[in-house]
Amino acid sequence: MRLPLLALLARGPAHGYELKQDLEQLLGAAYPQPNVGQIYVTLGRLEKSGLIEGEEVEQSSRPNKKIYHLTDAGREALHAWYEETADEPRVRDEFFMKLALAPQTGLADRISLINKQRRRYLNTMRSLSKLAAAENRDNRIAQLLIEGAMLHLQADLDWLERCQEELEEPE
Amino acid sequence: MSTPVEPCAPAPLVRAEGLVKTHYGEGAPAHAVRGVDLAVRPGEFVAVTGPSGAGKSTMLHLLGGLQRPDSGSVWLDGERTDSWSEARWAVERRRRIGIVFQFFNLVSNLSVADNVELPALLAGMSPKQARAEREGLLAELGLDGKARSMPGELSGGEQQRVALARALVNHPGLLLADEPAGSLDSKGTREVMRLLSRFHQRGQTIVLVTHDARLASAADRVISFFDGRIADDAELDGAPPSGAGTSGVLELKG
Repeated sequence: MRLPLLALLARGPAHGYELKQDLEQLLGAAYPQPNVGQIYVTLGRLEKSGLIEGEEVEQSSRPNKKIYHLTDAGREALHAWYEETADEPRVRDEFFMKLALAPQTGLADRISLINKQRRRYLNTMRSLSKLAAAENRDNRIAQLLIEGAMLHLQADLDWLERCQEELEEPE
Repeated sequence: MSTPVEPCAPAPLVRAEGLVKTHYGEGAPAHAVRGVDLAVRPGEFVAVTGPSGAGKSTMLHLLGGLQRPDSGSVWLDGERTDSWSEARWAVERRRRIGIVFQFFNLVSNLSVADNVELPALLAGMSPKQARAEREGLLAELGLDGKARSMPGELSGGEQQRVALARALVNHPGLLLADEPAGSLDSKGTREVMRLLSRFHQRGQTIVLVTHDARLASAADRVISFFDGRIADDAELDGAPPSGAGTSGVLELKG
């Protein structure tokens, strides 16, 4: 979560709770609800490594809050982040290993494995559809996030289909 | 593999037993459907998925009487259809079965309004009532103001919505959809998905054939078709599996 937090701070100083809310608003329900404690811990680490600096602000009736801003080193780290391209997604190798090794173990039938895995993907697909329907239609970022997840799942399902075509015993 | 029907479950709206269909063309005979048993209960939304050439469209055509099985039977509302003539099937496809296809199959030289009203008039509805039904459906499907358009003037997504209105104008108990989003972009696909879900929520029984898992996930039961047979038949509950699930959609690095 380090770099997304730095990216949020590029706009201007903010405190931990604000950052949590910004993330939630941007990414919608598809985003695993960020734990505020986790955000504070990450901010602490970022500060220790000199990427951000915090400033205590006194509040009359509450404990002090800490407002963070990006340092030059932080801005540089962010630049570097945007320069890199991201890793491509990988084949779900755990399932693939199970599938590949099934005949040797004699413990599982490959077609049943495929069917079971497909049920799971379809159920996930269904929850994503529901999530997409529940999410604000104008929140394009959140909608695109869900759509991306659905397209990945679609590819996984297509691949299961290929496995089934190849591995089904001819009669 | 047959569908378990609990003793207290309502009678199936459509039921198939031992369906077999082989296509004879050039080359080797294609065994499109090789022994399928299936029951769809009223109010169910069933998706049939599988690779192209697996026979899923043929199966849908058998359920709608567009093709006849080599062996096996189809029951509609408990009535065996073996002896039905083409004419009888044509009547039932207006009254009890609505069908939408991948390429819409609208009558190109009739207006949108006439495309929707025609099956209503053929089924014996009064012109006034047919117009009222058509107006209601087009409004519902977001096609207000398109009644006078010709199909060719509409986008693919709009044409499919007209086809949906036409299929539903006589309030058929069963809606069959054969790759309804097969020629649509992803926006059109989402639209079709939303509309099918909406009609389903109101009690419409739907059998949908699609290779698109996103579309299939709108259904509450998914049948996987392989090589002319049912390979799996699963109810979807949509509950994210424990562990990752949907909250694992996005993982932030670092």
